[in-house]
Amino acid sequence: MSDRKKRRLIMRVSILAVLIAAVVYTLYSTLAGDERYLVKAGDHAPDFALTDLNGETHRLSDYEGQGVFLNFWGTWCKPCEKEMPYMENQYDVFKDQGVQTIAVNVGESDYQVRNFAEQYNLSFPVVIDTQKDVQNAYTIGPLPTTLLINPEGEIVKVITGEMSEEDIVSYMDMIKP
Amino acid sequence: MKEIKCECGHVNPEGTELCNACGRALTTAADNKKTSDVMRYEGTARRSQTYNASVVDKVWNFFSSVKVGVWLIVITLIVSSLGTILPQVLFIPPLIPPEQYYEEHYGWFGKVYYVLGFHDLYNSWWYMLLIAAIGISIIIASLDRVVPLYKALKNQRVNRHESFMKRQRLYTEQKVEDPDAAMAAIKKQLKEKRYNVKEIDRHLLAEKGRFARWGPYVNHTGLIIFLIGAMLRFVPGMYVDETLWIREGDTVAIPGTDQEYFLESEKFVVEFYDADEDPEVFNAAIDRVGSIVKNFQTDAMLYKREEEGIAGDQRELELVQQKAIQVNEPLKFDHFAIYQVNYKLDEFRSMSFNMTNKETEENVGSLTVDLFEPQNVYELNEGFRAELMGYYADFTGFENGEPQSQSPVPNNPAFLFKLFSPEKPEGEVAFIAIQENLEPLGENEYKLNFAGIETRNVSGLTVRKDLTLWILGLGGAIFMIGVVQGAYWNHRRLWVKVTDDGRLLAAGHTNKNWFGIKKDVAHAFKGTGLKEITDQQEIEDNNIKAREAGEENSLDTTSKH
Repeated sequence: MSDRKKRRLIMRVSILAVLIAAVVYTLYSTLAGDERYLVKAGDHAPDFALTDLNGETHRLSDYEGQGVFLNFWGTWCKPCEKEMPYMENQYDVFKDQGVQTIAVNVGESDYQVRNFAEQYNLSFPVVIDTQKDVQNAYTIGPLPTTLLINPEGEIVKVITGEMSEEDIVSYMDMIKP
Repeated sequence: MKEIKCECGHVNPEGTELCNACGRALTTAADNKKTSDVMRYEGTARRSQTYNASVVDKVWNFFSSVKVGVWLIVITLIVSSLGTILPQVLFIPPLIPPEQYYEEHYGWFGKVYYVLGFHDLYNSWWYMLLIAAIGISIIIASLDRVVPLYKALKNQRVNRHESFMKRQRLYTEQKVEDPDAAMAAIKKQLKEKRYNVKEIDRHLLAEKGRFARWGPYVNHTGLIIFLIGAMLRFVPGMYVDETLWIREGDTVAIPGTDQEYFLESEKFVVEFYDADEDPEVFNAAIDRVGSIVKNFQTDAMLYKREEEGIAGDQRELELVQQKAIQVNEPLKFDHFAIYQVNYKLDEFRSMSFNMTNKETEENVGSLTVDLFEPQNVYELNEGFRAELMGYYADFTGFENGEPQSQSPVPNNPAFLFKLFSPEKPEGEVAFIAIQENLEPLGENEYKLNFAGIETRNVSGLTVRKDLTLWILGLGGAIFMIGVVQGAYWNHRRLWVKVTDDGRLLAAGHTNKNWFGIKKDVAHAFKGTGLKEITDQQEIEDNNIKAREAGEENSLDTTSKH
């Protein structure tokens, strides 16, 4: 192959490669849509600080070294209501094994959240995200959404929808230190 | 690679039609071509035509073809128009699933439309591929043409062969007394017309407006920049388009700002034109439609979270800006703009009740429930109080005796109260909803009467950030520069040659506007005694016309017989 021809081939291959890369990236972005902006497994869990019903502030980074079972919920949401007792049971089992449970209400009134927590005798911290910025940070869509955060502060799994008690057991087991 | 050696000794690459040096026709095909066709791309070898060996070359040559490019554009145009037959999925009512909507509203056609993906045409992968193919075609076809064209025009020789000149559309060959003097006059007069003139050994090349030839390629560069800008929208951080609903009095995080900015709505108002107060221009319209909106406005405050602040912390907000957001008057900050786009009037905020004795109708006190911050206990007159046992913001009915709420929005608030009075120190239970008063645990002595309601408005805002706008603008500007460059300037060239036997040959070529170049030639020939230059194509056209006219005439004569 002559030098000129070789040079031309290299030129063509590189131009085509750049173009194809651009097309593939654009197609991928379009087809993935907004999903690629969602917080997902493997991401570092965004830090947050919210106050619970007893006036105590919970900051995620304070729980480094422990697994965090982070549940987003609302009082009107039926599946949330259903899984709460399971979470309460397993919180009791796993809290001594280094798995913390935090339930983030998506910004309802203190009254409703408090009533709900009393009704189900919730002993884990229940916090209210009034300004909705924690929901934004975690790109929360439908409720309930639960995130499993390992002791290193990395998200292990994002669960959208209702969980059974067995699910909760296995999930909490996943993030034990 | 096969090469073509011209009679003049110059070696040309394969695919060349006219010798790059002297301009002789190299192939019989080129020799037979009409004058105007052979001058396209200066008769150089387009790179795509040279070889066709590997897959890479085949792909390259496919996209290099103008024919392919035109087909891609035609197909894209047709497909794009198909997307306008039925509304796109973005514009159908949001609550109905699209597969159902299209079939219900448009029958089998709607179903086919949906199944084929035309409901979201402009985001479909194959539509994107079409656009991408056009982009690739533009880049490769341009590259394949502009490089050889540039080289050919840069290296063009002054002395061209007679056969090259003869083949030009404008051509003349005359005997004059003193051809060298005529040539000198032509040179001078072309310079007056701002031609760039080169003379070598009784040959003359005059050229003007070569830069017009780059017009299409400048134009294509603009298009490519535009496409790149459109593509950059997909890069995170470059483009944000989010919706934000905010109630009066609330402070919420602005989506898309990474929890850095917060917005507080102080107030939302809709104002109408007043037939008495405002200028009378709208009076006729007000009579006709009832009312005309003058203003939609959200009085907003923008807060920024301090550096290093974390989500959820409410103490670290700092007021940055205060602004009335109106239609077309967005709140702008840090590349973001917040636009007024929607609203919801009169959402329930609080409800007031009076507690009265059912029999005596004596009022024993009143209470107001803030629907967004209800309390456990409402103290009334001495000895009377109401305890809120349950609050259901969007009440839908009972399930197993339990009141149900379907959302956190107070569309249909309902309350379960326990009313305490000296007569009933253990309390009596009352369930209150709009137009509904129940006493689920037996007859009560006291009741709560609805006394009033307070509402507030909700603003619908759009949060937008677009860092690609300037790229789109730049692409568009370059596109237009290319159009102007190619449309308003012409590339004109004249070759003049004095032969050894004393003849003077002149040939002219332009990429457009033959009338203009003929005028230039006429000016150049002034005072030289040379006759006007011949337009060979015009003569040919006239001949064809004459022939056709002749045939018609003969037909006419036959019909008369």
